[in-house]
Amino acid sequence: MELKKTQADIISTVEFNHTGELLATGDKGGRVVIFQREQESKNQVHRRGEYNVYSTFQSHEPEFDYLKSLEIEEKINKIRWLPQQNAAYFLLSTNDKTVKLWKVSERDKRPEGYNLKDEEGRLRDPATITTLRVPVLRPMDLMVEATPRRVFANAHTYHINSISVNSDYETYMSADDLRINLWNFEITNQSFNIVDIKPANMEELTEVITAAEFHPHHCNTFVYSSSKGTIRLCDMRASALCDRHTKFFEEPEDPSNRSFFSEIISSISDVKFSHSGRYIMTRDYLTVKVWDLNMENRPIETYQVHDYLRSKLCSLYENDCIFDKFECVWNGSDSVIMTGSYNNFFRMFDRNTKRDVTLEASRENSKPRAILKPRKVCVGGKRRKDEISVDSLDFSKKILHTAWHPSENIIAVAATNNLYIFQDKVN
Amino acid sequence: MPFQDGPAGAPRSGALEGSEGRMFARGLKRKSSEDAEDADGGVAGLPAAPSYTLQRQSLLDMSLVKLQLCHMLVEPNLCRSVLIANTVRQIQEEMTQDGTWRVVAPQAAGRAPLDRLVSTEILCRSGREQEGEGDCPLPDPAPGQAPRRPQSSPWGLDGSREGRGGFQKSLDHIFETLENKTPGSVEELFSDVDSSYYDLDAVLTGMVGGAPTGPGLPAFAPTAAAPPSSTCRSDLGELEHTVEILVET
Repeated sequence: MELKKTQADIISTVEFNHTGELLATGDKGGRVVIFQREQESKNQVHRRGEYNVYSTFQSHEPEFDYLKSLEIEEKINKIRWLPQQNAAYFLLSTNDKTVKLWKVSERDKRPEGYNLKDEEGRLRDPATITTLRVPVLRPMDLMVEATPRRVFANAHTYHINSISVNSDYETYMSADDLRINLWNFEITNQSFNIVDIKPANMEELTEVITAAEFHPHHCNTFVYSSSKGTIRLCDMRASALCDRHTKFFEEPEDPSNRSFFSEIISSISDVKFSHSGRYIMTRDYLTVKVWDLNMENRPIETYQVHDYLRSKLCSLYENDCIFDKFECVWNGSDSVIMTGSYNNFFRMFDRNTKRDVTLEASRENSKPRAILKPRKVCVGGKRRKDEISVDSLDFSKKILHTAWHPSENIIAVAATNNLYIFQDKVN
Repeated sequence: MPFQDGPAGAPRSGALEGSEGRMFARGLKRKSSEDAEDADGGVAGLPAAPSYTLQRQSLLDMSLVKLQLCHMLVEPNLCRSVLIANTVRQIQEEMTQDGTWRVVAPQAAGRAPLDRLVSTEILCRSGREQEGEGDCPLPDPAPGQAPRRPQSSPWGLDGSREGRGGFQKSLDHIFETLENKTPGSVEELFSDVDSSYYDLDAVLTGMVGGAPTGPGLPAFAPTAAAPPSSTCRSDLGELEHTVEILVET
């Protein structure tokens, strides 16, 4: 696999656009950096489709909530692309409270010959103008501009954890801990509340929304996951307020594994529809699960990400690692799933062959164009050469965010403040 | 980090139906302050594991401190707070069942469902006793429930004393922090809503004085000061209206 890396602030979200031509990252400082894949050129076969910086802009700024005397972080929680409809690119980016629609467009020509202003740009006295000259567009160095087109604010009391563009491309949803709102892209001063799980008495609060996503093809269907390990599928045609779910996915608890930490590790940190729309994948602390939309009582597949952590849960609770929210992604054909772990490890599971691999994203072990070596964590007594023992894992190096190109085997892995892009090596 | 069973004869956890194991079936770290930094230290040379009760108490203390810590963060992560609070509830439930297991009291039988033990009442009452004030009004008293008095506290007089003491210490710690938090003008304005000041709700939402209670005041949900610009909920609009009035004066 080839490797390309770049520096940024702590990356908080990574997302390819629908063609895979662009890759966007958001960071803790509120910045968005977009990479563009180079056009393949016959002259430089080795530089096959590398990603280079295309645009950088400040999406969100820190704000201050005067009522609560609390800061609103500028950290970008999620970025979602809109499908391309003209020459410009559009994406949604969100922090805890505000969603913004950004337009990213290229400018490679400028008008010249405009004779109503002088060289300094001052308007000329109309009496001195005797002819009307039509400006001519002349080429200029490519400039990429990002402009905020819409700001969707003041609709979330709690922290936004998800945004999802609907397949109708006219609406999208934003979800916080207790509510989900539906927006029309054209209307910023109004949103529809479609899910509200806030109890009348906050003392009764025991469950929050952790992630939400629209179905890729059915614009009336969406799912949301909870901190109790449940997934609810809702149909917006059924009623305006989707508090009653259409389907409820939950796996019965394994009584032999029960502990005080059972609920925490069952909390779902990410939910993703497969590209086909037939399955959903969920990530909880120790596993990734694949569910068939037609079977609510248990997942059809369960993959252990790092089961060796099961005996360390108390320590992980103490150092707060147990609350880390890992994301998960499908590959383009829904045959492989990927998620991150600690020590800059990330894992891939092939659903067909049932094989899995652990890889590491780190500068020490990888050079550009180097081939990634599979890693292994040793759980037993004897540690083989090249294996790493559980106690040596670095829990500060966590891979929470990854992305997979929509059609090719190219993945983007965010390791703290470094972005790694890996491609399948083709001879 | 192998699991070490507690001493034989330790009470079975009532919360685990038909299960031999206890809640710490796996991997509870030994209670040793030297090991605190050394997350996954070796087992060699350590004495017998502390009792299950002590381990559970340690987890409870840790959880209460975490709840308090999240109160101090930039803005508390609600998901984390809820998960920790649920963990605290589980421990309380189990400790309660252990405690009443030894006591044969009709009050225990007639008590309201377990989830009411959770505790806003406990936290509220303990806070009150701390302050030397009278009983705080229960937000939602179940009909027929015996009036809350120390003797009928869920812990029971025969309840684990060390458990109660540890819990009390942790609560004191929380309330001390809540008290020392610099009161903004908002808190002063809502000072007559003090009965909810120490509610679990306040801890969960990070909003002191935020529980819906007190006559005539709308539910004070956390929100940015902004003109109502969404059709989200009527209470939000109502609240913002109230806040606008307060802020503009």
